Amino acid sequence: MRDQRSHLYGVVGEFASASLLLVAAAKARDAGYRHMDAYAPVPVEGLSEALGLRRNKVALITLIGGLLGGLGGFGFEYWVNVIAYPLNTGGRPLNSWPAFIPVTFELTVLGASLSAVFGMLALNKLPQPHHPLFNVERFKRATNDKFFLCIEAHDPKFHLAETAKFLQGVQAQHVVEVKDDD
Amino acid sequence: MSNGQPPLDNPQIRRLTPVLEPGYTYASVTDKIASIVLTRPMSLGWLAGFTLSFSVLMMLTVSIAWLIIKGVGIWGINIPVGWGFAIVNFVWWIGIGHAGTLISAILFLLNQKWRTSINRFAEAMTLFAVACAGIFPLIHTGRPWMAYYMFPYPSAMGIWPQFRSPLIWDVFAVSTYGTVSLLFWFVGLIPDLATLRDRAKSKTQQIIYGMLAMGWRGSARHWHRYQSAYLLLAGLATPLVLSVHTVVSFDFSIAIVPGWHTTIFPPYFVAGAIYSGFAMVLTIAIPLRKAYNLEDFITMRHLENMAMVMLATGLIVAYGYFFEYFMSQYSGNKFDLYLTQMRFHGPYAHFYYALILCNILTPQLLWFQKVRSNVPLLFLMSLIINLGMWLERFVIVVISLTRDFMPSAWGRYSATVWDYATFVGTLGLFTTMMFLFVRGLPAISIAEMRELVAHSEEHE
Repeated sequence: MRDQRSHLYGVVGEFASASLLLVAAAKARDAGYRHMDAYAPVPVEGLSEALGLRRNKVALITLIGGLLGGLGGFGFEYWVNVIAYPLNTGGRPLNSWPAFIPVTFELTVLGASLSAVFGMLALNKLPQPHHPLFNVERFKRATNDKFFLCIEAHDPKFHLAETAKFLQGVQAQHVVEVKDDD
Repeated sequence: MSNGQPPLDNPQIRRLTPVLEPGYTYASVTDKIASIVLTRPMSLGWLAGFTLSFSVLMMLTVSIAWLIIKGVGIWGINIPVGWGFAIVNFVWWIGIGHAGTLISAILFLLNQKWRTSINRFAEAMTLFAVACAGIFPLIHTGRPWMAYYMFPYPSAMGIWPQFRSPLIWDVFAVSTYGTVSLLFWFVGLIPDLATLRDRAKSKTQQIIYGMLAMGWRGSARHWHRYQSAYLLLAGLATPLVLSVHTVVSFDFSIAIVPGWHTTIFPPYFVAGAIYSGFAMVLTIAIPLRKAYNLEDFITMRHLENMAMVMLATGLIVAYGYFFEYFMSQYSGNKFDLYLTQMRFHGPYAHFYYALILCNILTPQLLWFQKVRSNVPLLFLMSLIINLGMWLERFVIVVISLTRDFMPSAWGRYSATVWDYATFVGTLGLFTTMMFLFVRGLPAISIAEMRELVAHSEEHE
């Protein structure tokens, strides 16, 4: 058995319900653990707060994407129909801005949506085909009906035996160590 | 668990018909939905349906091949009716898509729990409908290999698109709509793909779902951002869906053709789109819940709610028809007046009366609770409304174009066999994709059904 910390990702415990996980996460934070993550088949209300997660940046990225899409869209239309290829249609002004609004709107939505999705994926560091937790056989149930709390080995307070004992103390079942592949 | 027919006579009980029958847990919900994809053997019914759909799809490919060889002359279009079936079908299909987005985005923002079990396949329906819709303007250009001219790119000819044209707005609206619908659908699928990866029975399944799931593992940090992104997407898709059919209606209302040049078009097109879309959701949901025993998930409550949405949007559409008539009388514009006369008494009057029958009269039956809870009748009505909405677009396109300002420019239009083959062919494309979808991906969102289980546990 290898117990060198460099090969160890952390210790994971399994919980039967979201409320047990919530309590455990809050207790782990109180006990001083900071580098940990919870895993759940559904979004659990209050879990972000229990883990002390800060507000995420997805909304900001979406706003920026939307603004870029909208301003870029209108600017491009202006450049095309006023500067690059001016077309006089029925004597209307070249910068007939109301007619540019539909495309501006669509590009705002497009820019914002692409930023929301790809921003979320990038912040989540997805795609990530492999993760040490996938080595744990029971972890398959994290996408089905079980809840998990993993305290990571690079946490300053981490100690294999004591952290495992701590997890058992907060009603975790099947507490096992998670090994990182070489 | 029920047999799908809860006691409906007692209004007290009916009001409480749940969106999920009781007795389900996280694991049983996961099992039931995932098994349709992973373990269930291919049924004879699926194979027969798929084979039929695929043969009809082949008719589409033949029709398009012949069109490319011979040109748009194989269709019934002429001068003055340059639009014909292609545009009728385009508007019909794109309208159908709207219900999917309405269910997934607007009902999400309104926190309607009953959206959960129908949003996934309704969104799939949107995607497939947009794909079918997109074919028509493309092949209607006559030289579809030149369609990229519509996109702004630095061409060697030094020309650029005309951004004041509704047809260019259409390109942007429809392509944005397709892209955002795909993103919304895919983001919703990620947790379910991870579930399928973790339950996969074979290496192939594991690899395919594993790649699509991108390593999702239900981390709280991931969920945190995921929920923000999903909410934002719903907020973005809501104005988008309203804009798309508005832009489609601009294709007509920006023109000065009698019967098209009216300000009621945008709202009435959007209402019509949602109307036909809900009809199509019912057309899909009723056989789907039957075939895969999903009556506990897609309950009578869903069917009734959808019937009520159809009734409401149907009334808005009826209001639109009435005001089209009223405004033409009130305007005193002789071309508009004449067009209205032509709708009632012209060569295509039978289409107009059929439209009134399908879209205004038939749905009034939905006022009755007995009708709303009668599944076969609902299915029949959904088909009638789909037909009615197709007729609406036919009336708008063909009657106006055959009777515009100058009698010397009047004409007639009749579709050819290739028009019908192309239209029916896209139905084949749609059902083929639907058949593949229900077998390849979870037709009901597993993650969201688990949330529903969690929600109902809290209330016990």
